[in-house]
Amino acid sequence: MSRSAELGTLEERKDSILRNSKQEKKDLKCDQNSVAGAVSQRACVYSGARVVLNPITDAYHLVHGPIGCASYTWDLRGSLTSGAEVFRNSFSTDLREKDIVFGGEKKLTAAIDEIVEAYDPKVVFVYSTCVVGVIGDDLAAVCKAAEQKYNIRVIPVQAPGFAGNKSTGYKAAGNAILELMDTNVTPLKKKGINILGDYNLAGELWILQGYLNRVGIEVNAKFTGDSSCEEIMRAPQAELNIVQCAGSMTLLAKKMEKRYGIPFVKISFVGIDDTIASLRKIAQLLGEQKIIDNVEELIKEEQAKVKEELEFYRQRLEGYSAAIYVGGGFKAISLIKQFNSLGINPVMVGTQNGKKEEYARIRDLTDEGTIILDDANPTELEKFMKERGADILVGGVKERPLAYKLGVAFCDHNHGRKHPLTGFVGAVNFAKELDSTLNSPVWKIIAKESGGE
Amino acid sequence: MARNFINLDVNPCKMCMPMGAAIAFKGIEKSILMMHGSQGCSTYMRRHMATHYNEPVDIASSSLTEQGTVYGGENNLKKGLRNTIQLYQPKVIGVVTTCLAETIGEDIDRLINEFVAEEEIAKDITFIPVATPGYGGTEYEGYYLSLRKMVERLAEEGSNDKVNIIAGNLTPAEIRRIKEILESFSISYNLLPDISKTLDAPYSKDYQKLPDGGTTIEEIKSMGGAKATIELGALLDEKISAGQFLEDEFRIPLYRVALPIGLANVDKFINALSKVTGAKPDPKLTEARGRMLDAMVDSHKYNAQGRAAIFGQPELVYSIATLCLENGLVPALLATGAKTSKLEELLKKDFGLAVEDTVIIDDTDFDTIRDYVNKLDVNILIGHSDGKFITERDGIPLVRVGFPIHDRVGGQRKVTIGYDGSVNFLDEITNTLLDRKYSSYREDMYDKHFTG
Repeated sequence: MSRSAELGTLEERKDSILRNSKQEKKDLKCDQNSVAGAVSQRACVYSGARVVLNPITDAYHLVHGPIGCASYTWDLRGSLTSGAEVFRNSFSTDLREKDIVFGGEKKLTAAIDEIVEAYDPKVVFVYSTCVVGVIGDDLAAVCKAAEQKYNIRVIPVQAPGFAGNKSTGYKAAGNAILELMDTNVTPLKKKGINILGDYNLAGELWILQGYLNRVGIEVNAKFTGDSSCEEIMRAPQAELNIVQCAGSMTLLAKKMEKRYGIPFVKISFVGIDDTIASLRKIAQLLGEQKIIDNVEELIKEEQAKVKEELEFYRQRLEGYSAAIYVGGGFKAISLIKQFNSLGINPVMVGTQNGKKEEYARIRDLTDEGTIILDDANPTELEKFMKERGADILVGGVKERPLAYKLGVAFCDHNHGRKHPLTGFVGAVNFAKELDSTLNSPVWKIIAKESGGE
Repeated sequence: MARNFINLDVNPCKMCMPMGAAIAFKGIEKSILMMHGSQGCSTYMRRHMATHYNEPVDIASSSLTEQGTVYGGENNLKKGLRNTIQLYQPKVIGVVTTCLAETIGEDIDRLINEFVAEEEIAKDITFIPVATPGYGGTEYEGYYLSLRKMVERLAEEGSNDKVNIIAGNLTPAEIRRIKEILESFSISYNLLPDISKTLDAPYSKDYQKLPDGGTTIEEIKSMGGAKATIELGALLDEKISAGQFLEDEFRIPLYRVALPIGLANVDKFINALSKVTGAKPDPKLTEARGRMLDAMVDSHKYNAQGRAAIFGQPELVYSIATLCLENGLVPALLATGAKTSKLEELLKKDFGLAVEDTVIIDDTDFDTIRDYVNKLDVNILIGHSDGKFITERDGIPLVRVGFPIHDRVGGQRKVTIGYDGSVNFLDEITNTLLDRKYSSYREDMYDKHFTG
């Protein structure tokens, strides 16, 4: 058996795992298809497209495929809405054997007819799935015919699961959003900003929007958390795009820059440091002195509100070690900083879909010896959490039981979270959650049972 | 009408076949599942199972890409198997297909045979292929079909004194309860599948990726020589019945009974055990039965006020419906996402169900269920977590049972079977009705009789 197998990793995966060394600067292999049989934590192209588009509150999301794809993603994200609730339903053509044999175009056409008749929608997104990609249904043609018939937008989202990875799905979603924006681009007035890549999990977008409003920045459109189709259609009018989830929205931001001349900036409201830096960056780019002053005022006020509480938690958390395994690199970077600010040392950092430059940044930010992983699997997560002595893992739903089985605390940084983790208030929630898990009495009992201290 | 729309499913009340296979194979000792298809399928199912069982669930995928889809997935599957074996050292690998693999026409039987011939590492591993296209049925059929394929592949002619128990899709705690009952009859048995430890593993200092427990290959082999089979599944089609195969192939007498929920169904299960063993039930069971009768009398008037909508997998819907019927709680709506005509057939035949009191729909969705719930004045929902959408919108309480339960803890520990389990479950239902009554009756009476 090869050496890497003895270590519990596959030979083919070894270039996607890096032990941080300040002297030897090696690039991490990333942005690749998952290795068969490695038990990747990633989902598929369709999933990437669905998570990005689904929070659009008043759109009809029709999944053209067998039932599973719609079933497993029904109300998948805890995106909150201040308006329509339509997006919390899951529509499917529920393809059966005979549709696979004879083709699903007729059924899709009829399904769109049913949606139009029953609900009078303005916008329908139609997602393709694995089988649709294979049986060759002409999604674009069916959607186009329906648009002409009903004079509404019926936008195809080309997302067969096998045709790439989750990032490919983000791209498909971005294209669908662009298509929606192009519905009727009015003369550009260049006012206000767009928020890209916040999905309003537990109201996070509202927090961000609240800050911007307070300092006098008008939000033109936000996508896709708590957004409406009409709002997205007016997105081309903005003077600046701010991109919160870089992984899912950078490409769209670039395209909008090219097409509508809207510059963009990547920001992050995860953690106090990044929140402050992001607010300042936005204000600087807009260039209005009043806004710049207001931002400083807001930072002062908000910091004062959370300072004492954060200090309380910092004292309870200092000295622990953390492992990070999240979807995108940009979030991982923010989490590293956030852990550091609480006196917690990140000893393992991995992502499902990180980019080369993000991994380079992660290397700069972490200590010698920190394990950095791309598209890791449970075997690797287990091995490196144990080896590096992580006390807590921050990750998604699938990683939670693994952490617990290993006697490691866990922080849910996933779609379904029920409290916001962004902005100043989110930083307190984050610290509180870490405290609730790291300092739980159960670990003392577990340690005793396991013959530890 | 079974569904509000002809072509649309709005809010699915079903999952797909591979999900059922994933649960079934977790009940086999040191087994891992390989899903031949795109990466997403395994991840979705792992997530669904992780939130329900609160256990790590590792499922491998051949991670088919564009290339594999066009030129065939052979390389992906074989490489995937090699990697999975290296990482997990399993005894059994279930190889199941997905929509994608079936649509591009992958012949997994042939590929597995080749793999076994080619690879040294494959020689001590048992491979069990199952065709589970996502469009071919629901998790219900996927579950039972997988069990049948295991038996088809492994059961051997012979003669032993064991009794085969084919378990329905029960919780790990329910499987433990089944074992207690079997042990009270002092019989040796083959229980297929056995998720009691694998999907509810005790905390241990040394984590095992493939936890201990599960039905062994030896046990499945010996199923071909058992003296009887008791299959928990009253509605299933013969084609997906492992018990039917054992009867057809090895002439093993088959007793097919419903999931043992409710007095009559538990009785049937216990009677079947008595019959095949020739032994009387343990006094403890008789006592538990008496206690159940006592409890049924105690709460019958409260239950009379219930109008339930029961939804989920057909076997569970059937057995819970009988529990309701026995206790005077009207099963106003019975709904399942699977296709079956047996629900109505059996309830009429065995329980004299007056169909005019009950709407029975199969192949349905939650959009339709919700409409009926409101139309039929339902005041209690009984089913898995996805029913919470009706609770959220219409305020009707939900008693959670079945799979998945991902918004509450303890889904894997819930016991609704046996006399004790049925009583506890009935209490939960009754208390949910009482809770609703107590929280509103003062106001209701005031509005009705004082304000007039």
